[in-house]
Amino acid sequence: MLSRVAENIYWLARYVERAENTARIVSVNANLLLDLPRGIAPGWQPLVYITGANAWFEEHYPDYGEPNVVHFLIGDERHSGSILYAVAAARENCRTIRDFVPREAWELLNELYLYARDELERGTTKGGRHGYLKHIIQSTQGINGLLSGTMLHDQGYEFLHLGRFMERADMTTRIIDVRSANLLPHSTTDLQPFETIQWVSVLKSMTAYQAYRRSEQVRVQRERVLRFLFQHKAFPRAVWHCIESTRQSLEKLPRKDAALRVAGRVKRNLEAAEPWLLDQQQLHAYVDELQLSIGELHTEIAKTWFPPPLVLEAAA
Amino acid sequence: MSIDWNLYPCQDLYDELVAAPGQGRNAFAGLLDDLKALGPDELVARQEAAEVAIKEMGITFTVYSEEGGTIDRAWPFDIIPRIIPKSEWDRVEAGLKQRVQALNLFIDDLYHDQRIIKDGVFPAAVLAKSVNFRPQCVGVNPPLGIWAHICGSDLVRDADGTIYVLEDNLRVPSGVSYMLENRLVTKRVFPELFEHYAPLPVDDYPSQLFDTLAALSPRPADYPQVAVLTPGIYNSAYFEHSYLAQQMGCELVEGRDLFVDTDDCVYMRTVDGPKQVDVIYRRIDDLFLDPEAFDPTSTLGVPGLMRAWTAGTVALANAPGAGVADDKVVYAFVPEIIKYYLDADAILPNVPTYRCMEPEALAYTLANMERMVVKPANESGGYGMLVGPASTAADRAQFARLIQADPRNYIAQPALKLSTVPTIIGRGLEPRHVDLRPFILSADRQQVTMGGLTRVALRKGSLVVNSSQGGGSKDTWIVPD
Repeated sequence: MLSRVAENIYWLARYVERAENTARIVSVNANLLLDLPRGIAPGWQPLVYITGANAWFEEHYPDYGEPNVVHFLIGDERHSGSILYAVAAARENCRTIRDFVPREAWELLNELYLYARDELERGTTKGGRHGYLKHIIQSTQGINGLLSGTMLHDQGYEFLHLGRFMERADMTTRIIDVRSANLLPHSTTDLQPFETIQWVSVLKSMTAYQAYRRSEQVRVQRERVLRFLFQHKAFPRAVWHCIESTRQSLEKLPRKDAALRVAGRVKRNLEAAEPWLLDQQQLHAYVDELQLSIGELHTEIAKTWFPPPLVLEAAA
Repeated sequence: MSIDWNLYPCQDLYDELVAAPGQGRNAFAGLLDDLKALGPDELVARQEAAEVAIKEMGITFTVYSEEGGTIDRAWPFDIIPRIIPKSEWDRVEAGLKQRVQALNLFIDDLYHDQRIIKDGVFPAAVLAKSVNFRPQCVGVNPPLGIWAHICGSDLVRDADGTIYVLEDNLRVPSGVSYMLENRLVTKRVFPELFEHYAPLPVDDYPSQLFDTLAALSPRPADYPQVAVLTPGIYNSAYFEHSYLAQQMGCELVEGRDLFVDTDDCVYMRTVDGPKQVDVIYRRIDDLFLDPEAFDPTSTLGVPGLMRAWTAGTVALANAPGAGVADDKVVYAFVPEIIKYYLDADAILPNVPTYRCMEPEALAYTLANMERMVVKPANESGGYGMLVGPASTAADRAQFARLIQADPRNYIAQPALKLSTVPTIIGRGLEPRHVDLRPFILSADRQQVTMGGLTRVALRKGSLVVNSSQGGGSKDTWIVPD
């Protein structure tokens, strides 16, 4: 398989995953705000922090008001974190590898792009938002299902997996980081119910609430939620699960040693840490470190299997 | 409305199906009755079915839109086939093989001893002004001595029934995938006619192409590593590039997928590491092939590719520099070229051609412009030419200035009345002008497609068949007679 094709498949998966995660985050935040008292509600700003593009945001938008943030996350084609950008980028990556992608999956992705673009206005209104985001999430799940069910499970499929789980691991750590850093002070007992609501929303933005209840059987609280999201073995959005899935795909590829070394380090680090014992500050530092090592893993994957970046030599 | 062949307007022209009003041509006159029996409703329904099939099969071509982007358009196709009797085709096929054989000898000669110039048959002045002559290719010996492995020659038939060669495309001719897809669509929409007339199959082409390419491999192997090199998804023929790669079961690569190592071999970057490539079917023009040898700003090509090709570690089809014979002035010399190298007369005639570099020809052209078609030497796709009968006095004055400024760059030909084929227009059948592009493969042996791509000018009276300019296409049937 050509390196370029492998890279396109990898990014196809990453962008599809990114579109889905972004849709989930926006959707859950909207619900969360309805449940919190006005004074303590964190508003929309944290969502921009999740994307890590806050500097860019501040350059292009006057404030962190709801319409601005929602437009930024759903329909701003200028930055790579928006749903529309991600869907368009997934489609572009898919276009050049149509031999490798089952035709129906391409058609579904094409439809999703047209929907995301044409119905954008609906998605940015309070009334239409829910339906728009639901459609995005269902379509991306549909694409993933079609790919799993119909694509050849060869090398290309491993790159699809790599892209999906790398993006998901990255996204889960971002959500934990931002959502926990903005939580209420520990001690205030009269805010206790709201704290629960906020942790529930963290779980919900990863569709983890039901899984958490079944697996943990305790009320929702910080320590248990963090343990669940970092280390759960079977929950498909838990960081450990994402890294282990990535590692398993790497195992099946040629020339895998260097990438496996990095993946093994990330996994050991995850298993050894007890992030729930950390305070906000320390937790933030830990997540930072984790994200850097996920980035390192990506670099290693790109170095081993993808074509070297295009260097445009200026004509003399 | 019903179909009445007595009213079919085919006087003063050669229709490939209708000899005279109400009267079919040659052995396939029965097709008139078959089409009549189907009736206009059924014909229109089948045309629509064909259009649906083309959409479903994703047969597209890319056009550059006004906004700067590109759009994929469904391939325009008319279901009424164009029929050529096998006996006539045999002669055409022999003529094409002869022509391409001579052209390959000619190209090889130009890059070596230039005997044809020394012997005074071909003017040095024409070569000196050729934009497609590549000094980088002088002295190179491509495998089997062949330069143009894939040639697409355009044929037209004049009102008197003569088939002429209009031009030879020796650089990166396209259209063959549409020939193959047209056949699939026709089989779907006309199964009964197909069974009855049993046109000879065309679907061997991908394996013939693979055999042709494999024969060029510097490392003899049963399955050498062959790759199709495309400029990428925004190229107008991308559909064809990916189609042929798929059909041949080889990789479709872009320039950045390849690199030339210090051993002067070409490698493909794969997940398993570098893999040596033996033969590249390149669908990129010469000047973009290798920034080290040609345009240094090109990012489509592969740095060092010419070095590898010159060293003989990789074969390129068509060979760089083959386009030197793809020049409309060179075209005008093809009968002499055939005579010189093969000591034979051309089986297929050229359209009578006035080379404006010759004073009498120039004078004749300038005096008769409203009856001539004037073409620049190195344009394709129907651009930059003057069609005399359809031109205004201002157009002609402008072209007269252009020709006089650079006579070497122009040829003129009498405006032919291209033959027609009945075509579905609205709910009826009307004659529309067609040409034919067969493809000739040359390596250790020569093969010609069974027929080729028939292109049709869908606008009434128009002679422009290019898909970028309102042309469509038809299936071409070579039928045993």
